[in-house]
Amino acid sequence: MKALEVHNLRKEFTRRDSRGKRRVAALGSVTFDIERGECVAILGPNGSGKSTLVRLLSTLLLPDGGSAAVFGHDAFKDTRAVRRLVNRVSVEASFFKKMSAAENLSYAARFYGMRPSATKDAIPEILGRVGFPKDRRGEPMENLSRGMQQKVALARALLTSPVLLLLDEPTTGLDPRSKQEVQEFVREVRAEHDATVLLCTHDLAEAETLADRVGILDGGDLLCLEPVDQLKARYRSSTLEEAFFAASGHAFENGDREDD
Amino acid sequence: MRTMSLALRHELVGLSGVIERNIYLVRRYIWWDVAFFLWTVANTLTIVFIAKGIPAVGGQIDVEKVTTILLVGAVIWAYLGIIFEILTETVAWERWEGTIEYTFMAPLSRPVHLFGMGLFAIVYGVVRAILLFGVVAAFFSLHLPDANYVAALGVLVVASISFIGIGMMTAVLPLISPEKGTQLGFVAQGLLLVVSGVYYPVSVLPTWMQWIAKISPATYALRGCRRAIINGAGITELWREIWALLIIGVVSIPLGLYTFRSGERYAKKHGKLKRSG
Repeated sequence: MKALEVHNLRKEFTRRDSRGKRRVAALGSVTFDIERGECVAILGPNGSGKSTLVRLLSTLLLPDGGSAAVFGHDAFKDTRAVRRLVNRVSVEASFFKKMSAAENLSYAARFYGMRPSATKDAIPEILGRVGFPKDRRGEPMENLSRGMQQKVALARALLTSPVLLLLDEPTTGLDPRSKQEVQEFVREVRAEHDATVLLCTHDLAEAETLADRVGILDGGDLLCLEPVDQLKARYRSSTLEEAFFAASGHAFENGDREDD
Repeated sequence: MRTMSLALRHELVGLSGVIERNIYLVRRYIWWDVAFFLWTVANTLTIVFIAKGIPAVGGQIDVEKVTTILLVGAVIWAYLGIIFEILTETVAWERWEGTIEYTFMAPLSRPVHLFGMGLFAIVYGVVRAILLFGVVAAFFSLHLPDANYVAALGVLVVASISFIGIGMMTAVLPLISPEKGTQLGFVAQGLLLVVSGVYYPVSVLPTWMQWIAKISPATYALRGCRRAIINGAGITELWREIWALLIIGVVSIPLGLYTFRSGERYAKKHGKLKRSG
């Protein structure tokens, strides 16, 4: 069974501007699948539809067409089953800022059925694994750096042992060291927990380092999805940036067309 | 059977998570809550002082009785405000912080999520209502020898079922408009109380408003609490009010859930769950 099967998935949003009200496609007709244990990176500039894809798979958006299945469960009909299997880390850490890391993790774990007897040990352990300092667990989130907050976001996602981890630009805005630590942790999670990872990023190096296969998403359309070497060979490019240019016809950062 | 019991346990743990989250929030904002409570006391005093003011301008009333009538009205107004605030503002807050996406993608059923918030709101609101009543009653040295506080509390708790149902309907508003949704919750609170005889008998209202008062749970909550505190009516004597509240509650909870689900569906269709802060 595939970890993820996406078939002709489509999402549009209504926009109001000087031209009036119109429908804009955030995600065209996207089709791909991911094997269990695989790490697939979807590469795309801002506004290419990466976050829309992650939100659809997280059951936070309803599609306008197509289908998606997580380990055989329909992502839009069998949402309860999908939610048990999936967790997500997004570019914004999103926590109650006055609450501490331990408090934010504690209540969130309850939503996944984890009782206090389970989180008592699991929270300090997972925070320790992501390199979060022990003496700062009780501090309000607003006192923490962006890198620290992102580590807590990773801990929140992994605390619930997801079999499909959706990473939406998890290292954007992090300093090089924090970025490296997060990437290292993603590798560790794959190796130790048999987790399947869908990484949406605009960091070309990150996609190349972490993923088994890389897809190029541009203007809501998935132009290709294959191992990095094959991708480069197909477009006769020495770098992913060149491959993106060859595939899309424009430079990597010029794709800001539509809000994700 | 085992699957059902596991699912039930999962939901109960989730419900405890909602309550736990709200406890953390109260703890982290405790001094803001104290300040808000002081404002509520001041607000209640301005209303209850009206009873003292009427004789001062030549009116003839039973000051002690009118003071109690106004106090019960003000306490229920504050209680309803807290219920709506916790349900509506928590959703607005979650949108502001961006946590709503994580709450909505968790395997927790929507009814359990909303009941958890409602349960916390009732407990927190009742504690606050008791404190408010005690502080203002002491301030005016109210002597209420016949008051049946247990019956009044019983009416308030039964009324809370309907209040939670209506609160679920207002809680959907911040999903649609994070900027103005919460204010619309206050509008609902005001409209509910104006027809329910919050500081006056329903009989003084125009006939069409009296008809609306019949389907407002606040009407029966106010009448029941006043009868319990002023006349010492017990639970059995308040059965008419309790019965009406139960019927309204049975209708308002599914209606509230349906409204919230419809709002959630709208938000998911139009991409409204994204962080707004």
